[in-house]
Amino acid sequence: MSGAARVLIVGAGPAGIRAAQVLCAAGLRPVVVDEGARAGGQIYRRPPEGFTRTPAELYGSEAAKAARLHDTFDRLVADQALDYLPGASVVALSGGVAQVLAGGCIRSIPHDRLILATGATDRVAPVPGWQSAGVYTLGAAQIALKAQGVALGRRIVLAGSGPLLTLLAWQLRKAGAGLVAVLDTAPLGTQMRGVPGMLARPGVALRGAAMRARLGPLYRAGVTLEQIETDGNGPVALHWRAARGRTRATACDMVGLGWHLRAETHLADLAGIPFDYSGVWAQWLPRADSLGRAGEGRYLAGDGLRILGADGAEIAGRLAAIACLQDLGLPSPDPCADQHARARMERFAEGLAHAFPWPAEMVRRLPGDTTICRCEGITAAELRAAAARGGAEANRVKSLARVGMGRCQGRYCQLAAAEVIAAAAGISPEAAGRLRSQPPVRPVPVGAWLAAPDP
Amino acid sequence: MTAAAQGRIVRLAETARRAIRFWLDGQELRALEGDTVLTAILLSAQALRDAEFGPERRAGFCLMEACQDCWLWPETGARFRACSTQITKGMRLRSWPPGDWPASGEGQA
Repeated sequence: MSGAARVLIVGAGPAGIRAAQVLCAAGLRPVVVDEGARAGGQIYRRPPEGFTRTPAELYGSEAAKAARLHDTFDRLVADQALDYLPGASVVALSGGVAQVLAGGCIRSIPHDRLILATGATDRVAPVPGWQSAGVYTLGAAQIALKAQGVALGRRIVLAGSGPLLTLLAWQLRKAGAGLVAVLDTAPLGTQMRGVPGMLARPGVALRGAAMRARLGPLYRAGVTLEQIETDGNGPVALHWRAARGRTRATACDMVGLGWHLRAETHLADLAGIPFDYSGVWAQWLPRADSLGRAGEGRYLAGDGLRILGADGAEIAGRLAAIACLQDLGLPSPDPCADQHARARMERFAEGLAHAFPWPAEMVRRLPGDTTICRCEGITAAELRAAAARGGAEANRVKSLARVGMGRCQGRYCQLAAAEVIAAAAGISPEAAGRLRSQPPVRPVPVGAWLAAPDP
Repeated sequence: MTAAAQGRIVRLAETARRAIRFWLDGQELRALEGDTVLTAILLSAQALRDAEFGPERRAGFCLMEACQDCWLWPETGARFRACSTQITKGMRLRSWPPGDWPASGEGQA
């Protein structure tokens, strides 16, 4: 009977929480598995118990949204309306059963329907020297500030492109961190091309512009990153070329890198959901209908489906749950208003994607000795040689050169690797293909499969 | 003692928590309750461990459990990610693998 449908939600960020809320309101009792110690996701990440900064200090203009979201989920947990597994990772999916790593053991969670709200990671491009200690993602620097109240260096350079670059720079400055430069690879002319789309959310666009203005001369647009100079400890300088061609070196002890986000799609791939290459986002994205329905009993929501940010993720979470209820033949809320709002979020997000693009040319021209895979130290030259020897296809190059086989399983190298392979063969990154995901999607100690879970 | 001055990480807020002691490679260090292992170590050090495939050192990268850069070994027990594990009073950690690793296997807590 449909009332007993077992729904598994992976992820307790904005999308997962709103999906859970809609399902619980319809009388279902979903299981929510989340890697975080506390629900909220990365953007509304909560510090550990005992920290005292207020939501306004932690989340700025988004404080009320964050507080509402946390409160919604905490109530569902307190009311025992769902089963919640924090600090747990879904590592494999097969035949309607999820293998979940929790507390050092693997346990099986059978389910009838699956809602994946797995979010995104930073999308990073390699810069010579980036394998050094002291180079982090922009997201890492934001998490350190939000969840720990710390800065990851004393002289910080942030480089890349996208909304997080400006937001994080402003947050670090406000917190008193030693920020010395904010280097955006997107030229101002390119950024202007995104403005029409960004006008879909004028308030958000204006807030970003105001933050940017307050950075003053720290912010530079149209920069090309050349090299992170390091000593035995970490970065000592970032070498970059200004828009007008002059080469500069900025002394620093920390470099934060990030070019917008990369949808986290390993589980969607294991669930058999097809992918399409998005030229706008310069990455492979899973295929789903306008509610997030992606196949029989499978639904996607949040940045793991389309990178719409936190507000878009809340909407997508509700829509995925509505699709799930529709398919179960249960009464469900009218999705029209949310679908309309989602379309507006998409126009805005595409504007951002046009304004702050992936630095394809910079990656294509990387020197041969540049590390592409940070996990195993595999260089651009090794990728080019493997593509020439075995064919310019991502999975073939993976087999020959091991790129994407390291511990992160391609999360931080696959887009750059495809770009390098494509450039070497004179084809598009789309033609270079998409790395197939392999279970387990996280490293799992062998003992975890042998240990019996606590009763 | 200059160890504190050599740390990579700087505290900006939330300093009114209880201090705890832990050990890294036999050296006694201090942290605050609620610090992750990564925060606790990098307040007094530049890195968590050596890289397995290159000459550089490792100090974490994504801080959100995706990059797997910040694995660390306790003196006894299984490896864990320093970014998502809280430091606890008296924790004893090491920045290099046990001598017989990986022959000893792992995950035998």
